[in-house]
Amino acid sequence: MKVVYLDNNATTRVADEVFEAMRPYLTERYGNPSSMHAFGGEVAHAVERARDHAAALLNCSPDEILFTSCGTESDNTAIHSTLEAYPDKRHVIATRVEHPAVRVTCRYFQSRGYRLTELPVDGKGRLNLDQIRNALSDDTAIVSVMHANNETGVIFPIDEIAQIVKAHGAILHCDAVQSVGKIPLDLSKTPIDLLAVSGHKLHAPKGVGILYVRRGTRLPAFIKGGHQEHGKRGGTENVPYIVGLGEACRLAAEHIEEETTRVRGLRDRLARGLLSSCLDASLNGDLDDLLPNTVNVSFEYVEGEAILLHLDAHGICASSGSACTSGSLEPSHVLRAMGVPFTRAHGSIRFSLSRYTTDEEVDAVLEVMPPIIERLRALSPFGRKPERAEA
Amino acid sequence: MAAAPSDAARARKGILRMWDYTDKVKDHFLNPRNTGEIESPSAVGEVGSLACGDALKLTLKIDENDRIVDARFLTFGCASAIASSSALTEIVKGMTVEEAEKVTNQDIANYLGELPEQKMHCSVMGREALEAAIANYRTGATGIRELEGRVVCTCFGVTEEEIKRVIKENGLTEIEQVTNYCKAGGGCGGCKTEIGRIIAEITGASPEEAAHPARPKRLTNIQKIRLIEETINREIRPSLLKDGGDIDLIDVDGDRVIVSPRGTCSNCPASPITLKELVEAKLREFVSEDLVVVEEAKV
Repeated sequence: MKVVYLDNNATTRVADEVFEAMRPYLTERYGNPSSMHAFGGEVAHAVERARDHAAALLNCSPDEILFTSCGTESDNTAIHSTLEAYPDKRHVIATRVEHPAVRVTCRYFQSRGYRLTELPVDGKGRLNLDQIRNALSDDTAIVSVMHANNETGVIFPIDEIAQIVKAHGAILHCDAVQSVGKIPLDLSKTPIDLLAVSGHKLHAPKGVGILYVRRGTRLPAFIKGGHQEHGKRGGTENVPYIVGLGEACRLAAEHIEEETTRVRGLRDRLARGLLSSCLDASLNGDLDDLLPNTVNVSFEYVEGEAILLHLDAHGICASSGSACTSGSLEPSHVLRAMGVPFTRAHGSIRFSLSRYTTDEEVDAVLEVMPPIIERLRALSPFGRKPERAEA
Repeated sequence: MAAAPSDAARARKGILRMWDYTDKVKDHFLNPRNTGEIESPSAVGEVGSLACGDALKLTLKIDENDRIVDARFLTFGCASAIASSSALTEIVKGMTVEEAEKVTNQDIANYLGELPEQKMHCSVMGREALEAAIANYRTGATGIRELEGRVVCTCFGVTEEEIKRVIKENGLTEIEQVTNYCKAGGGCGGCKTEIGRIIAEITGASPEEAAHPARPKRLTNIQKIRLIEETINREIRPSLLKDGGDIDLIDVDGDRVIVSPRGTCSNCPASPITLKELVEAKLREFVSEDLVVVEEAKV
């Protein structure tokens, strides 16, 4: 069965070009970039080329790019290291819809005596910027706000947020794991101090990420005992994966136009098709505010895991914010923060596309989804119309 | 479909993968038996709610000999909730009401081969709906399961009675298991201490044992003395030393731990409080709930 992969916010396929770029560094070019010989030196050049590609995508300087192991490491480090750098400041600001990499880290510091403000969002998943202004105090060390939400795709106005935070003087960290490569971000214009990127969300392999550190930002070494990555993150570089991420960044810059046109077109067709063909379907977030590749739809009176398993039987990969798929007994914290009622949160499905998504794949979902919802609705004790009672 | 996971992978806790469903669960989910509602049923049982994430409406047709001749279900929930409901109807069809009364959640899970530990509450929901239906048949009760007795978990509306029942019927010993079987403790988590106490009441274990299952259940005398010594060195002595005090273990006589305060502790008026609040509390937490700490001079 052909796999229809619409779960690209979870992870993406490694681009062929990325794999080819990596291959020599997994085989014959195994030198250590720190070595004092040409064999190692060539490898060091490859790492620096990767840094150049990453810097070009973000429009920053290559020496502001630190390679890490993943987005979660970058998020953790941004918060830990900033609080270490400003020991007198005891206040952290985040949002209620952050990825656990930020949310759990902030709550850890809260349990250690820090004051934490988690900014609310409205029913469409949007922040009220006045609440950021009001939350900032002289005691605020760091503000951590994601660029785009992983579950709903809702984009925060990071440029305006950055102006507000910088006018105040606190450090701004941005979890941009979901947005980089999907929507433009220009760090020469947007004054973000720290920013997290994950390789495997933009067609590089799993196990490599970026922490952007604006020049002049205080950041103590977080892995000690090595001169690599400006002495901030010691340890011999994960060369093949860094090379892969560099190539992925180069490709992302090339394809970003396509994301905002062709991919958005497919996504819009999928969203509109689902809303018009499925019973009691509703959109979480406003299409105009979303990443071009993401749509999160709730199907009332049916449960997300059951939908996913039916989709899986057709080879279709998606994900859900239902309790059963979150591994806990409560549905997604993002949807709850938006005030989505439990009844709709349990039946939420996220489809996330990529530049590899085809028209046929969207057609496949639009074909199987209405009967799946019909079937589960026929089984459900809720939302039954009188004429459907004897299903 | 992915290859079946190893037993070790299945046994690993906290990792919920829906692909761990058995073929029988998948079959009953994709091809559920006995769906719908019986017109003018003999009995109706309803449990769960939309907010909770799963709900089941069971209708039964019972003949004049008290035999269940038909059973149908409507379920809102995940794959295992639907499969458990389907299995329930297959199990009870043909049974007398008296036989059906003895069906446990374990019977439902066994019928399906196996359910992931985190999904056991789905089998419990099946048993609850069956009970509500039988009560409706026997007494004319509403058929909607009412909460009887004290509610322990307010997030999911689980009573003390229900928690006791899943503990007894499934031989549960840990708080996390209780959450997997009836959801209690799976929301805010505020009732976990209370669940630990209920486990302790039923199994005879200490509440800490339910929370920290790693602690050995039965100790030989030598093991006990060694554990007491370790606990004093690790948990108690460092905080006494900070205040210039210290403590010596003199003897262990059954559950009586005889100690002697040293340094500033020896003539500190707060010494008896320290013994109870710190020494005894720590030893009870890490060694045994039954320990009593006494001072050497007073033996």
